[in-house]
Amino acid sequence: MTMTVPLLEVRDLSVTFRTEGVVTQAVRNVSFVLGRERLGIVGESGSGKSTTGRAVLGLVPAHGSVSASRLALNGEDLRHLTQHQWSRYRGRRMALVMQDPKFSLNPIMTVEKQITEAWRLHRRTTAAEARKHAAAMLEAVSIDDPERVLRLYPHQLSGGMGQRVMIAAMLIAEPELLIADEAISALDVTVGNEVLAILDRLVAERGMGLIFISHNLTAVAGLCDRVVVMYGGRVVEECAARDLAHARHPYTRALLAAAPSLDEPRASLASVVRDPAWLT
Amino acid sequence: MTFVIGRFIPVDPVLAIVGDHATQSTYEKTRLSIGLDRPIPEQYLIYLNKLIHGDLGTSVITSQPVLTDLLHFFPATLELATVATVLGVIVGVPAGVLAGATRGRWPDQIVRVVGLFGYSMPVFWMGLVGLFVFYGKLNWTAGPGRIDVGYEDVVDPKTGILLLDSALAGEWDAFRSAAAHLVLPSIILGYLSLAYIARMTRSFTIGQLSQEYATTALLKGRSFWGMVWRHAFPNILVPLVTVIGLSYATLLEGAVLTETVFAWPGLGLYITQSLFNADMNAVLGGTIVVGAVFIGINLLSDVLYRIIDPRLRLQ
Repeated sequence: MTMTVPLLEVRDLSVTFRTEGVVTQAVRNVSFVLGRERLGIVGESGSGKSTTGRAVLGLVPAHGSVSASRLALNGEDLRHLTQHQWSRYRGRRMALVMQDPKFSLNPIMTVEKQITEAWRLHRRTTAAEARKHAAAMLEAVSIDDPERVLRLYPHQLSGGMGQRVMIAAMLIAEPELLIADEAISALDVTVGNEVLAILDRLVAERGMGLIFISHNLTAVAGLCDRVVVMYGGRVVEECAARDLAHARHPYTRALLAAAPSLDEPRASLASVVRDPAWLT
Repeated sequence: MTFVIGRFIPVDPVLAIVGDHATQSTYEKTRLSIGLDRPIPEQYLIYLNKLIHGDLGTSVITSQPVLTDLLHFFPATLELATVATVLGVIVGVPAGVLAGATRGRWPDQIVRVVGLFGYSMPVFWMGLVGLFVFYGKLNWTAGPGRIDVGYEDVVDPKTGILLLDSALAGEWDAFRSAAAHLVLPSIILGYLSLAYIARMTRSFTIGQLSQEYATTALLKGRSFWGMVWRHAFPNILVPLVTVIGLSYATLLEGAVLTETVFAWPGLGLYITQSLFNADMNAVLGGTIVVGAVFIGINLLSDVLYRIIDPRLRLQ
């Protein structure tokens, strides 16, 4: 394999939903390329950032249709996979962490079963071996007493613990690409920062590619190498994360101005005034 | 409650015993002998005291202790309801899961149409048509009643459940006869229960499949059906236990129409006939059994919840 093949290529990705005759274009001609780096996707609710993430994993709901001129992981075309073929990519090659572990973990399965699942689906292994890996995975996400936590059920975990369990469950089969979709948005700030630090470390250690989808500009600027800004289903700006503060597009500027800051407290935050011209 | 209703309905329990043509003195004597001259609260206490000692009074119609009657009639209902519920669960649950997971596509449509039939056909009509076709014309099954007359006293009624009794006694001819009688009414009741169970299972399945943990399972590389059975299905079991319990309890109360059409000597038939004859001791006894069944099944459901759902277990 040559070094020039990027981890993920997305070109002209569009996702259209059709509900009762009403057509909604959630994603319009989105293109980006990802190496083994961290890409942030920011944008407001409904900007198409989550749908983009799910389309990459083939998880757009049945009433949606996906088209792209290129969608490839390590040069392997993902566009015409059957469900069966998708199930070999998901978990093993790429994974996704969702917003709230309260909903994304199965309420009546033990932590052990949920973490070992991806490992057992993708490798021939014994239960004991899978359990050992799960415990090691819990240690990797900074959980102190893995043997105890393995026996717990999701309702016995705090939000931060739950999200760490979710990360452990998604990374156990060592995927090359991780998509984190608002992964710290449901957590309070301190816990969210801890989880962010864990993600940061694991991505570095394992040399994964990361797509970090968030509306939290500070988190994105701190974690990512590059940032894609989405608005109305399109990419309106792409820049290095450290240049985010100097972004040129008026929507990005408006987003930055609307974010609260601890250093410069403001009495009222600016609201985003939308310009129809951004959609063209 | 049933006791109060039994005492206040404008039916004279004495007349039910002595008949319309008894003399005044016979009437009075009977009235005193069953304690109707005492105040109602006292009558209630006497009834309760007897109840604790297993005495439900004597049925006016059969002139046997009500308990003996119930021990004869209830097993017939138990047998029918159990076989029907087992059929309903075995077919209804997978059908409901299939329908929910293929929502809007053809398997869903088929299950829906089949269920709709079960919902909308009057049970006595299905019973009559069933008897006409499968017994009358094709002679595949046996007719009304629980067993052929010739076998009636062959087996010793240990449990009152004929399939069990005949199998225990090794009387396989009697077993076959009982099974042949059971097959039609239990399929018809099972169909009703199937229609209800499948419909509820379908909506539970749809609910669970829209949960995020279902997406999580796909993200790990589970196939769609693997996710349905390993992730969604265990979550469906909790509400499903309620539905199955409810459906079973309803059948155990006695399916009057089915029991009538098939001349099935069950609880529903017993209570209804007792009611028509103002046989209040029998009605009361039957009601107590129905209540006990309901409480028992609810208890069982509660125990099952705790086994299925870790959130309900005490820490």
